[in-house]
Amino acid sequence: MSDVSQPAAHPPVTDWLHDFDHTDPHWTEDPFPIWDQMRAASPVVHTERFLGCYLPTTYEAVRQIANDTESFSSRRIIVRDERPEVAKNAAPPITSDPPDHKPAKQLLLPPFTPDAMKKLEPRVRAICNELIDEFIADGKVDAAARYTKHVPVRAIAHMLGIPESDGDLFIKWIHMILELSIKNEMMLKQAAEEMTNYFAGHVEARRKTPGDDLISYLLNARDKNGQPLEDSHIYGSLRLLLIAGIDTTWSAIGSSLWHLAKTPADRERLIAEPELMPIAVEELLRAYSPVTMAREVVKETTISGCPVKPGNMVLLSFPAANRDPRMFPDADKVVLDRRENRHAAFGLGIHRCVGSNLARMEMQVAIEEWLKRIPDFRLDPAGTVTWSQGTVRGPRQLPFLLGKAM
Amino acid sequence: MAERLRVHVDPDKCQGHARCKALAPELFELDEYGNAHEVGDGTVPTGLEDKAWLAKSNCPEIAIEVTEE
Ligand code: SF4
Repeated sequence: MSDVSQPAAHPPVTDWLHDFDHTDPHWTEDPFPIWDQMRAASPVVHTERFLGCYLPTTYEAVRQIANDTESFSSRRIIVRDERPEVAKNAAPPITSDPPDHKPAKQLLLPPFTPDAMKKLEPRVRAICNELIDEFIADGKVDAAARYTKHVPVRAIAHMLGIPESDGDLFIKWIHMILELSIKNEMMLKQAAEEMTNYFAGHVEARRKTPGDDLISYLLNARDKNGQPLEDSHIYGSLRLLLIAGIDTTWSAIGSSLWHLAKTPADRERLIAEPELMPIAVEELLRAYSPVTMAREVVKETTISGCPVKPGNMVLLSFPAANRDPRMFPDADKVVLDRRENRHAAFGLGIHRCVGSNLARMEMQVAIEEWLKRIPDFRLDPAGTVTWSQGTVRGPRQLPFLLGKAM
Repeated sequence: MAERLRVHVDPDKCQGHARCKALAPELFELDEYGNAHEVGDGTVPTGLEDKAWLAKSNCPEIAIEVTEE
């Protein structure tokens, strides 16, 4: 391979207010104090890095940007060192702006309603237990490698009708697209090509023998003129479903288990009051929101009094918004039974995550089944927790000791 | 006498987060796209007032209105 695969190292950050970098190890490790510092300084901060990028730090600023689809485009949704050319149908509807957005989104909504997710739930419960069976006797486990990662991989593979055993491939593409491509745009191209080639075989097979999976669903779908979707649209949506369906939920389940591993009081409470689970999941989503989408400024405007200029990107930090103390009292604390929780973990406005009902169901089931089988667990002091970089935040190495401490 | 409450979902604001349905299934329904509307004319049966306020304060899009009659 050429040396283009070697990502350029970024200089370390010394000034978070004017020169921030969300790929800096300090940020990846523990972003919360950084956001607090930024929020105290301004509702919108800017860096010259990534060819110019803003970061809204308050809930209000994030809400305003999410709802202003005229000034902020979704054609680029990841902040990178480069701005690769915008591909048509890159990953609709997440990369679509109005008026294309609505039809592309409506197409994907019906298979992801809460009722549809209820039907999938038994399968996810079985997946969780199969996974736990494989390591529960060992007394220790890297929960990211052997549990949290596989739950969404298998669930979305099941929905798409592709082999659950191809999970390692999916994980590789996701790593290339969401992390490596930030500093090496070749990674993006390579992963997109590999995914399209992969899906081509499955699409052909479904054209011959349709099933009741999502690939068949997209092949049967019609656009607003009654025509089948363009191939680029089908492949774009398949890429989106695979990428968005895995990394995000993997991260959310992982952060939740990480919290419960180091907070025995919350763990005991969830076990004693299982009816708290749906509300607790919302709170864990608020406190450890995995996803930061991006927007591109396409029209000059003002956000919370701060002027923003076209040509810059925006790191639309739903996680930082969810830590805004003006919106959430004790924002830095996990309050399992928080009553008022308008968190923005799944985005706000028209781009609300299509898979939010799937993610909620997977989180709830994965935590429930884990606590049923493994009520006692803690961080393994001999291991290291590592976190992903960039668009999605979650533990990538999660060493636990299982069972009561001796 | 306690006032009667009525809930209403603004269809232009609702983005289908489904929080209302999860918190107050008696008061909200979802359509085939997962977007919400109030059950019937939105009148809140006695005893469910708390759920109405809870749904309102958890809707990320501020799409739910609760009015007192
Ligand atoms: S919580 Fe709000 S946005 Fe979500 S479905 Fe209900 S009304 Fe719509």
